[in-house]
Amino acid sequence: MVGELVDKDNSKYLIKGKQSNWEVVIGLEVHAQVSSNSKLFSGSATKFGAEPNTQVSLVDSAFPGMLPVINQYCIEQAVKTGLGFNAKINSYSVFDRKNYFYADLPQGYQISQYKNPIVGEGEIILDLPSGTKKIGIERLHLEQDAGKSIHDIDPSNTFVDLNRSGIALMEIVSKPDLRSPDEVNAYIKKLRSIMRYLGTCDGNMQEGSLRADVNVSVRKEGDTTLGTRCEIKNVNSIKFMQMAIDYEAKRQVELLESGKSIDQETRLFDTKKNETRSMRSKEDAHDYRYFPDPDLLPLKLSEDFINKIKKNIPELPDEKKKRFIEKFNLTPYEATILVSDIETSKYFEEVVKDSDVKLAANWIIGELFALLNEKNLEITQSPISARNLSKLINLIKDGTISGKIAKTLFELMLDGDKDPEILVEEKGLQQKSDPKELENLIDGVIKDNPDKVAEYKSGKVKLFGFFVGQVMKVSNGTANPQLVNEILKKKL
Amino acid sequence: MSELTNKSLTELVSLIKTKELKSEDITKDFIDNCNKGEKLNAFVTNAFDHALDKAKNFDKNPNLDCLLPGIPLAVKDLFCTEGVRTTAGSKMLENFIPNYESTVTNNLWSEGAFLLGKLNCDEFAMGSSNETSYFGNVINPLKDNVVPGGSSGGSAAAVCANLTPATIGTDTGGSIRQPASFTGTVGLKPTYGLCSRWGIVAFASSLDQAGPMTKNVSDCALMLEAMVGFDPKDSTSINKKKENYSKNLSKDIKGLKIGIPKEYRVDGMPSQIEELWDKGKKILKEEGAEIIDISLPHTEYALPTYYIVAPAEASSNLARYDGVKYGFRSSKGANLIEMYENTRSEGFGDEVKRRILIGTYVLSSGYYDAYYLKAQKVRQLIKRDFDQSFKNVDAILTPSTPSSAFQIGEKKDDPISMYLNDVFTVPVNLAGVPAISIPAGLDKNKLPLGLQLIGKPLAEQTLLNIAYSMEDKINFKLDLNKWWEN
Repeated sequence: MVGELVDKDNSKYLIKGKQSNWEVVIGLEVHAQVSSNSKLFSGSATKFGAEPNTQVSLVDSAFPGMLPVINQYCIEQAVKTGLGFNAKINSYSVFDRKNYFYADLPQGYQISQYKNPIVGEGEIILDLPSGTKKIGIERLHLEQDAGKSIHDIDPSNTFVDLNRSGIALMEIVSKPDLRSPDEVNAYIKKLRSIMRYLGTCDGNMQEGSLRADVNVSVRKEGDTTLGTRCEIKNVNSIKFMQMAIDYEAKRQVELLESGKSIDQETRLFDTKKNETRSMRSKEDAHDYRYFPDPDLLPLKLSEDFINKIKKNIPELPDEKKKRFIEKFNLTPYEATILVSDIETSKYFEEVVKDSDVKLAANWIIGELFALLNEKNLEITQSPISARNLSKLINLIKDGTISGKIAKTLFELMLDGDKDPEILVEEKGLQQKSDPKELENLIDGVIKDNPDKVAEYKSGKVKLFGFFVGQVMKVSNGTANPQLVNEILKKKL
Repeated sequence: MSELTNKSLTELVSLIKTKELKSEDITKDFIDNCNKGEKLNAFVTNAFDHALDKAKNFDKNPNLDCLLPGIPLAVKDLFCTEGVRTTAGSKMLENFIPNYESTVTNNLWSEGAFLLGKLNCDEFAMGSSNETSYFGNVINPLKDNVVPGGSSGGSAAAVCANLTPATIGTDTGGSIRQPASFTGTVGLKPTYGLCSRWGIVAFASSLDQAGPMTKNVSDCALMLEAMVGFDPKDSTSINKKKENYSKNLSKDIKGLKIGIPKEYRVDGMPSQIEELWDKGKKILKEEGAEIIDISLPHTEYALPTYYIVAPAEASSNLARYDGVKYGFRSSKGANLIEMYENTRSEGFGDEVKRRILIGTYVLSSGYYDAYYLKAQKVRQLIKRDFDQSFKNVDAILTPSTPSSAFQIGEKKDDPISMYLNDVFTVPVNLAGVPAISIPAGLDKNKLPLGLQLIGKPLAEQTLLNIAYSMEDKINFKLDLNKWWEN
């Protein structure tokens, strides 16, 4: 039946049709909001969630005689992002007008870049379970965001909020190099990660800082020419992107296998029905009448300008991963996880400043991530600071506490980011490693359980664990389990 | 007292500076004249009360250390004026009151002038006769059935009829120089980028340029000096030091080379134009300039190029008038698209609609390369013509227009013949160079004709000097019978 996936484990995402297996070809146009305090062509603020129409200048609302003036910081941010994708920075680029009418587009055109984008070809590397894969970047260009039409406040009127009007976006166009929803997931996350490292886009999908149009086509396994694609507009979460691709690919396979052809068209993803539906066909496509904006001169970047930005590019996830593996001896798996988000990597580096690397990696990836997940927190909101986690790890490392006690201690630390060293003192959680003390405890346990001792001695060796448990219990878990084992063996 | 209004701007400034005149006296006289001149329909909105207040305030504490102390000025209604209705001659902006002031008018006010009123113009500056204005056509003060030219027709008429000491217009394809020529006044289109476009209702952004319209060349130099200046709010503004055009005005043009382009001799041009052109050459020679025949080979393509580039930009610039945010909104329409259609159908006049349609067409996919892109290439060739010529000459002398002012209604329904009026002025806008039109004489109908001097980029001073020396010899005098006062 159409739609069944084959070869799932071998990382190849193929749709099994009646006649053959089908490969899915995906390209993304990601719209990333530039991190900048002011808009692309005006001085208005860009804060998210402000009262409607409070961050709107005469330029943003297109009053007569108003003129755009480029915000140099946004240019720097775009160049920085391009450099982060190892892309060609175009020293000459042009702002064009993309003309169309809509109530939330005050100028009646969007200022964008059409033929001459600021950034040309580049690439990013995906870390997939099967290994790494390079995804080509076709281009990156700067453009203005539109305002927001709000249709659900009033039954007969549409309200317009222009706060977003004129905010700088980077449109990042990939080559059609992606082959599965999982690759799309990895691609978006990697883009986001790089931009967060660079500080050029906060990547917040809930706030709309990162949105994407998804181009999907299918072709028979082994074919090398591209099929006719459909564009799915403005999908605003990775999950929805994956669902939309899945649906769309199967829809196309069904059409092709029943002898029909694909119409090149723009489609919308209905998140409620989990299906894509036609928005407009190629024939109905807008004629945007692009032409160079006569209000703006072509943008010329000097080599000096680009080099200055280049010098200030921070260590990016790929380099950091390499360093983590080489310097800290982490596994590629651990390193990938720890560098995937800049804040996680910062936290990790803070922890390992003066504590054991392996333990730190384990604790962050294990306990801390589980905790953050459970409480739905970002690492920047972690209830346990890097400093205190580092102390906890040192307590384990020097044998002051056992791994088990560490977990208890971790729980105790949550309440107000308590210092584990102080907690250990207060609660007497130090590991008991004094053989004399342990012998006393063990003697007590043996004395209290004469029948179990008899059973053990008659051959029920499995009971050994029971004795260990009892000793741990009476010691409130603080007994050094290794020593307990040794002494018990002797005593029994 | 109304002879005050006959005086030139330079004279008025001087009389104020020597304290022989009060700003209030001048202002009252001009208001009086404006009231008498209502038949001309030069004003869309008056700011008489505002002007009188400003004049009185000026007289209380006169600051004489500026270029235009205590001078009332009416300006084309394309300049946004804070708190004063700015219509661009359109129903679309009939009730639009900006809360901001254009850079150019702001510069004038900083030099001591104040607003007298807003002058009629073709709708969104699209027209050559001031007949496309929503507020009705302006009549040429020199003859009651003749147009004043356009699009700065109200401005030209107001200067000509002494309704304002001087004024400013905008020139996209000749909108300052052609009406100046039709009314026997002086009009200058500066180098593109010399005057800020910020706060001027846009027609065609790559061509629009504000400039002075005055009674004589000295006034022109003074006004230009007051208007110009780098403006960081306009990305196309030229960052250069301000020049003292009025102080440096000189009649010494000895040794300057003046080019005479053969392509500006067109079929059907009245013989008086040829004669005045020859007269101009003769005067220049007498003043010690050298006359050189030159060629601007792509001139014939300028008009078609202009009528692709300008409408293309206009179609996009005028998209903002959609009834959503400000300005006119039709009460009809069941949804957004219908609201757009009705608003723009009712709000724009025919000429504006025609140009929006042309502009939309030439930018459409499938036609872009054949029209817009081609036009941009030709534009480069036209610019190169001037660049080449200016290697050999300091300025170029041509007629300003191929005819004198025509009759009201004569060309209204014949857009092509209307567009042909711009044949000598549009190449200058396409090349971005400066040009001035000065009155040169009369045709057989006793209507004025102008001569145009075209200069190198930023050579406004040279142009003004040449014009200044010619003005003296031409000795043109306006014969105002003030028919409109009866």
